Amino acid sequence: MSDSTVREEPELIQLLTPDGEYVPHPDYPFEPATAQVRDLYRDLVLVRRLDAEAVALQRQGELGLWASLLGQEAAQIGSARALEPQDMAFPSYREHGVAWCRGVRPRDLLAMFRGVTNGGWDPYEHNFHLYTIVIGSQTLHATGYAMGVQRDGALGEDGTAVITYFGDGATSQGDTNEAFNYAAVNNAPVVFFCQNNQWAISEPNDRQSKAPIYQRAAGFGFPGIRVDGNDVFACLAVTRKALQHAREGQGPTLIEAFTYRMGAHTTSDDPTRYRTSAEIEEWRRKDPIARLRAYLVREGKADDGFFDAVEAEAEKLGEQVRAECRALPDPAPLDIFREVYAEPHRELDRQRAEFADYLASFEGAEGAAR
Amino acid sequence: MSGTELTLGKAINAGLRRAMENDPKVLVMGEDVGRLGGVFRVTDGLYKDFGADRVIDTPLAESGIIGTAIGLALRGYRPVCEIQFDGFFFPAADQTFTQLAKLRARSEGRLSLPVVIRIPYGGGIGAVEHHSESPEAYFTHTAGLRVVTVATPEDAYWMIQQAIACPDPVVFLEPKRRYWDKAPVRTDGSVDTATPMGEARIVRPGTDVTLVAYGPMVKVALHAAEADTERSIEVIDLRSLSPVDYDTVYESVRRTGRLVVTHEAPVTSGLGAEIAARVTEACFYHLEAPVIRVGGFDTPYPPSRLEEYYLPDLDRVLDGVDRTFAY
Ligand SMILES: Cc1ncc(C[n+]2csc(CCOP(=O)(O)OP(=O)(O)O)c2C)c(N)n1
Ligand SMILES: [Mg+2]
Repeated sequence: MSDSTVREEPELIQLLTPDGEYVPHPDYPFEPATAQVRDLYRDLVLVRRLDAEAVALQRQGELGLWASLLGQEAAQIGSARALEPQDMAFPSYREHGVAWCRGVRPRDLLAMFRGVTNGGWDPYEHNFHLYTIVIGSQTLHATGYAMGVQRDGALGEDGTAVITYFGDGATSQGDTNEAFNYAAVNNAPVVFFCQNNQWAISEPNDRQSKAPIYQRAAGFGFPGIRVDGNDVFACLAVTRKALQHAREGQGPTLIEAFTYRMGAHTTSDDPTRYRTSAEIEEWRRKDPIARLRAYLVREGKADDGFFDAVEAEAEKLGEQVRAECRALPDPAPLDIFREVYAEPHRELDRQRAEFADYLASFEGAEGAAR
Repeated sequence: MSGTELTLGKAINAGLRRAMENDPKVLVMGEDVGRLGGVFRVTDGLYKDFGADRVIDTPLAESGIIGTAIGLALRGYRPVCEIQFDGFFFPAADQTFTQLAKLRARSEGRLSLPVVIRIPYGGGIGAVEHHSESPEAYFTHTAGLRVVTVATPEDAYWMIQQAIACPDPVVFLEPKRRYWDKAPVRTDGSVDTATPMGEARIVRPGTDVTLVAYGPMVKVALHAAEADTERSIEVIDLRSLSPVDYDTVYESVRRTGRLVVTHEAPVTSGLGAEIAARVTEACFYHLEAPVIRVGGFDTPYPPSRLEEYYLPDLDRVLDGVDRTFAY
């Protein structure tokens, strides 16, 4: 079949070239202050290390699964560093960089993947909702939360904005499209941040969407932007503007961060079955950390001392992640019954009591149940 | 009895209004619930009095209704969602089962989801396809949800308020063919003094056989009991479908020795099957006969010209009672 529509190559907002050259953009003001840029670099390196440790821990049997963010650090750090403390984020399951920026402790982040909880942290403590595995569901939660923000009258210059993260595959889900529409109709203060990492497990973009993802927004009646997802400056500047737009009551924005999943979908996946090493090579040249490092060097904003210090910090973080992960205790058997309901529930309370008795019947017996 | 005469539909409306007056965080949302007042007019007048911010006409997308209600609840609101008809719940099943029902447990109690899902359900109104179903077993099979249904205007008035006050998600099933049934409703008191939402009620005492019903079938069960001049039938209105108030059921069955359970939903894997299993376990030595179920067939809900054959009526219920006496 031939494509009868002639489409222009979509514009990609980029402030930092793969060679590390800063190119200002008139619509997305960004002041690369040395301290801030160094902080961004540090974030990128640390979350990459955290992620690598988690992959290793999975290989060692300490985690059941891990979904690596390798390659997507800039999209996550850039967008998350644009958030204000009062803003609320609704992630998918790969947003370890966002979690990092929201102050979620590595131990808590790993807990779900270790199988000791289905959650892991207090969403209100971090203004970072729990990971959502069912693809696209969280986009509606974010939209509803944003509708609540509107009803609280919490909009304005210092108001609250909401951001939700999802993948390219998620744009095929009904929920995501319903969320676009609910947000548009309600003019809800929510930013839809799609990390287009080119793959949904084994399915490439062209199995998900005929139109470029960011162009979908137009059909729903709000702006859509494609940003270089491996450019931390652009991700920060574009997201900050979209968040401000939202918090001032001007409604939703769709940001498509064009990036790449450098690793496997998860530790259970074998990407050699569906993609080429040439493709990976091509994206390696656009690495988000290498380009920021090139910028820092080129601009003389950091020296070896700085890079070594970050490296040492990453090393320490790695140790911490390993230790915290191994120290995570298994929950008690009766935790199965915890917080299913807020108030007493005749049936569940009965089952819990019965199971407790059953467990107790092993006490003192050979090979007692834990 | 004292109290205002209200239809069951109007009683829910009055209960919603009172909940909205008492708590500014209570929202009503769904398709056509605003200006129109809902296709059954259950939200009639609320839009006018509470405004578009609290009575939200949503886009026509059920997953969106429940999904955004979850977000609103996370922000501190108490959304009451209307699903227009039973058969249109299914697009919202994912948000309900995988998100709403689980978030409290997932968050180890840090997140509270006080969302109510109101669904007009059941047959008997001569409707087209998808407008007559009884999906309660899907909900009662799901941990994290509470499921209730009402048979009288007074219960409707109080239980909708209790459902809204409940910190857990509640599926509130409204027997649509009873919307127009009228009875006195006592409106004095409070949600705390009314019969708790989780309790079953013996609506007609009897000594020979226990007949458990809920929602639209309570009226049928009562008529059947009245019509039977030979046997004394005790009728229980279950009210709460999850959890079930088994204490009330067991106590009755231990006295009567016989149990018939009736519902409109198909019998296989229906709530009646669960009740039969539980009663068999708990009351085995008191039973004079196996537990009999009288329900819908394991077929799609039939075209309306056939629904009188599908829905258990007085005769089929009494036929079930007869069967328990054949042992
Ligand atoms: C509703 C649903 N269907 C299927 C899956 C299994 N699944 C997990 S991740 C995934 C691919 C998601 O791709 P994308 O949205 O692009 O996000 P990415 O993993 O690339 O970050 C699939 C199919 C799921 N989690 N949820
Ligand atoms: Mg993807």
